[in-house]
Amino acid sequence: MTTVIIRTMTRILTPAILVFGSYIILHGHLTPGGGFQGGAVFASGLALLIIAFSRKRVKEMFEKVPLSVFESIGALGFLGIGLMGIVMYTFLRNFIANSGAPFGMPTPEGINPGFLNTGGTLPYLNIFVGLKVLAGLTSIVLILFLILRREENE
Amino acid sequence: MMNTDVFFYLIQVFIGITLIASAIVAIRFRNLIAAVIAMAVFSLALSLEFFILQAPDVAIAEAGVGAGLTTAMYLLAIRNTTDEEEVAE
Repeated sequence: MTTVIIRTMTRILTPAILVFGSYIILHGHLTPGGGFQGGAVFASGLALLIIAFSRKRVKEMFEKVPLSVFESIGALGFLGIGLMGIVMYTFLRNFIANSGAPFGMPTPEGINPGFLNTGGTLPYLNIFVGLKVLAGLTSIVLILFLILRREENE
Repeated sequence: MMNTDVFFYLIQVFIGITLIASAIVAIRFRNLIAAVIAMAVFSLALSLEFFILQAPDVAIAEAGVGAGLTTAMYLLAIRNTTDEEEVAE
């Protein structure tokens, strides 16, 4: 259905797009963008993959990927981080900041270039939101692709 | 040596022209795939405008959802039907 040009460009571009989406999610507390934006970029890379290849290849690629499980993990993880904060003081309290845990380094004062290992619960929330958004948007495109009947007959 | 304000003003004028032109073209095209590509160009120009107006967050969301995902969905929907619009009698 698609041409060699589209398939070759997809092979070259998709890893770069996926890395860029992961970068936006992971640096959500430092640079513009966050969970939703990074998840949307990641999902558009996967949508490129879905459009470029044939029905058989897409089925092979996405058969092992539990998208609905990813979406549930995203929602439940966000809620879990929020409820862990309620144990300390209140809902969504930033209990990881300055504690030394991963993403818990004390933030230096004054002008600094921005350190990835800071932010407390915010990077975790960004990761969960990104997981949910990329699973949801990818499954929309995937379902729209799999209900196609025309290619099956050819 | 060009002043930065003049430079951004000129870019904004260019983006405005691109937005109007791509929107008109998206309506006028008979080939639906060409119309969808014109919609993607519209989203891309709009995200550049958001970036110049210092809203990079909105620009990334517009580029990802507007130019990437909706284009993919339109292409899949068109692939399921025909890509030529029927002329109304």
